[in-house]
Amino acid sequence: MASERKRLPGPVAFAIWAAVVVLGATALGGIALHRGESVNAMWFILAAVCVYTVGYRFYSAFLAARVLALDATRATPAERFNDGRDFVPTNRWVVFGHHFAAIAGPGPLIGPTLAAQFGYLPGTLWILFGAVLGGCVQDFVALFCSIRRDGRSLGQMARDELGALGGAVALIGVLAIMIILIAVLGLVVVNAMRHSPWATSTVAATIPIAILVGLVMRYLRPGRVLEGTALGVTLLLLAVFGGSWIDAHPAIRGWFDFDGPTLALFVILYGFAAAVLPVWLLLAPRDYLSTFMKIGTIVALALAIVVLNPAVKMPALTQFVDGTGPIFGGKVFPFVFITIACGAISGFHSLISSGTTPKLLANERDARFIGYGAMAVESFVAIMAMVAACVLDPGVYFAINSPAGVVGAQAADAVATISAWGFPVTAAQMQELAREMGEATLFARTGGAPSLAVGMASIFSRAFGDTLLAVWYHFAIMFEALFILTTVDAGTRVARFMLQDMIGNAVPAMGRTSWYPSVLICSALVVAGWGYFLYFGVIDPLGGINSLWPLFGIANQMLAAIALCVATTILVKSRKATFAWVTALPLAWLVVVTSSAAWQKLFSSDLKLGFLAHADDLAAQLAAGTLSGAAAAQAPRLIFNDRLDAALTLFFLITVWVLVFETARVCHAALTGKRCPPITESPHVPSRLVEDWVRD
Amino acid sequence: MTELLKRAWRTLRELSGDDAYERYLAHRRAMHAANSPLTRAEFYRAEQERKWDGVKRCC
Repeated sequence: MASERKRLPGPVAFAIWAAVVVLGATALGGIALHRGESVNAMWFILAAVCVYTVGYRFYSAFLAARVLALDATRATPAERFNDGRDFVPTNRWVVFGHHFAAIAGPGPLIGPTLAAQFGYLPGTLWILFGAVLGGCVQDFVALFCSIRRDGRSLGQMARDELGALGGAVALIGVLAIMIILIAVLGLVVVNAMRHSPWATSTVAATIPIAILVGLVMRYLRPGRVLEGTALGVTLLLLAVFGGSWIDAHPAIRGWFDFDGPTLALFVILYGFAAAVLPVWLLLAPRDYLSTFMKIGTIVALALAIVVLNPAVKMPALTQFVDGTGPIFGGKVFPFVFITIACGAISGFHSLISSGTTPKLLANERDARFIGYGAMAVESFVAIMAMVAACVLDPGVYFAINSPAGVVGAQAADAVATISAWGFPVTAAQMQELAREMGEATLFARTGGAPSLAVGMASIFSRAFGDTLLAVWYHFAIMFEALFILTTVDAGTRVARFMLQDMIGNAVPAMGRTSWYPSVLICSALVVAGWGYFLYFGVIDPLGGINSLWPLFGIANQMLAAIALCVATTILVKSRKATFAWVTALPLAWLVVVTSSAAWQKLFSSDLKLGFLAHADDLAAQLAAGTLSGAAAAQAPRLIFNDRLDAALTLFFLITVWVLVFETARVCHAALTGKRCPPITESPHVPSRLVEDWVRD
Repeated sequence: MTELLKRAWRTLRELSGDDAYERYLAHRRAMHAANSPLTRAEFYRAEQERKWDGVKRCC
């Protein structure tokens, strides 16, 4: 209990915090102003830790005390509705663990890796300040609002506070973001497994391993989670080593050597199977394994970076801030803020903060530690991903991440193009690196996973010796694929429930979540939705990531805008309008960023940026007959996809603005005393769990 | 030291959900439920289905 803890005397505390501020400012200034060969990763870690601790100690304390007025004596939903299942008062560290495991996915690893094309500085600053002033605030306030509303979800809160339109827009937005998210994550896995028997066999092995663990936990040792996880993790590590044997075997390696489109079909089939199979067989055991691997690997990476503090070789800024970058099109503003969503501010978190977590908090006061604190840790994961991408030689980083459609399909062309940009790299160097990592080639392995794996492998191997480089590389690929596939399974399932719910309004039978025809039809619809984007992302000559990742970023930031709209409305309605800027400012920033990014994706004349410009260009080429063979055959499909992407972008743009106007309308009505949906806070019930609270 | 290890083990079990059944039994006892509690296997089955009925994992 904080109140029992001895407090430091004022001047000592002041001196310590002043030192933290000075240290943080020095580290930040160091990495911001540094121009030279390389900068030590220790400065990134120092700057990040200082920014998070100062943000937590001061800004979150201000939010907790002045803005939200957390009340430790007020009974939480967990206490009031304690049913031993959904609503359970739980130790704050355990809730923190659950909440962090739920919010931390592959997003904060991939986004910073891609955004490193601008240099390390823009991404790092956005991760740090976006999190402390935006992302952490969103998670914290969403959690608080849900606690004060019996643990209600974001969609329900949007409907209650903003009206039916706001609720409907939020619901459709969540479904759309889910489809795009799963497609882009599937694309990352496919690109990591393309023509790599070692990676493919290891990732494939995670499926029977998860099923075996599921069977053991259901029939042999029911509910023994730790035993099942220990068995599964051991088998996963064996699978990583086994992949090396398969890769070396001349006949067997052929069974696992596939091109992108084939792998995409496998992922689509897998996604459908995982969505219709019972959860205990595949989804639940896979999730135990992936959570364990995720937390273990993140801790190991943090230790490795702190102990070894590798040199960051990427410059602070590259020339690609002008929008000519090979990995994705667009200038540093607004695209760094779109590319890095998770790790700075992620709308998806508001679904978790208004989902399971608010039903577990034993004390309202813990919302600060869990909501604000867990997001700060996730942001730290993003900083580590940034470091892991930037310890690579910039030439190597660009060779791995640039699609063949931009730098050329031949190794000689690619190294010539990249070296001409001022990032020297040779074909021999890439060949040697691929050999060390146990891969056939590392050119054009877009999606961020392979370059992160090379970065992690080179950091880990410094601690354990070079002989294991290839094993570390495939361990990192397995670890990323493991929890990407968990997100694919879980996301498909949630999207299926939502679709069943929506269709159920019209056809009641379809709404029964356990009716098998409905399960099959809705799962197939969801899988077809993301499968379509995945498949055409894989065959896209520009790599697919180029068009899908910004779409995902825009969708995710749009969801954050929805959460911040709801939070701002609630603050205004609870007579806290003078403090509404804590959510209104991040909201305004997100609206500016998403609107300008969406506008450019729609109407820019740059072919790498504008969906419509690219479609028109292809159409013109097709009409003029300058395309030949396969390119001509593919062109109509690519043109259609560009227009589809444009329509989606437009939909996201309209959604954000509809919600912003609804928020402004409701806030204005609340401030001027006009009619608006009443505030829905549940009544104050004194807590019986608070022992240090003296009753009169 | 052993006390510390025991506490760490308890936290690990709670975090992973390994002790969910024990917590369920404790909750039943505290609530003086009339009908007999589920067995470990029944409880695990019911929990798995229920737990994945919403947004549980993020990006």
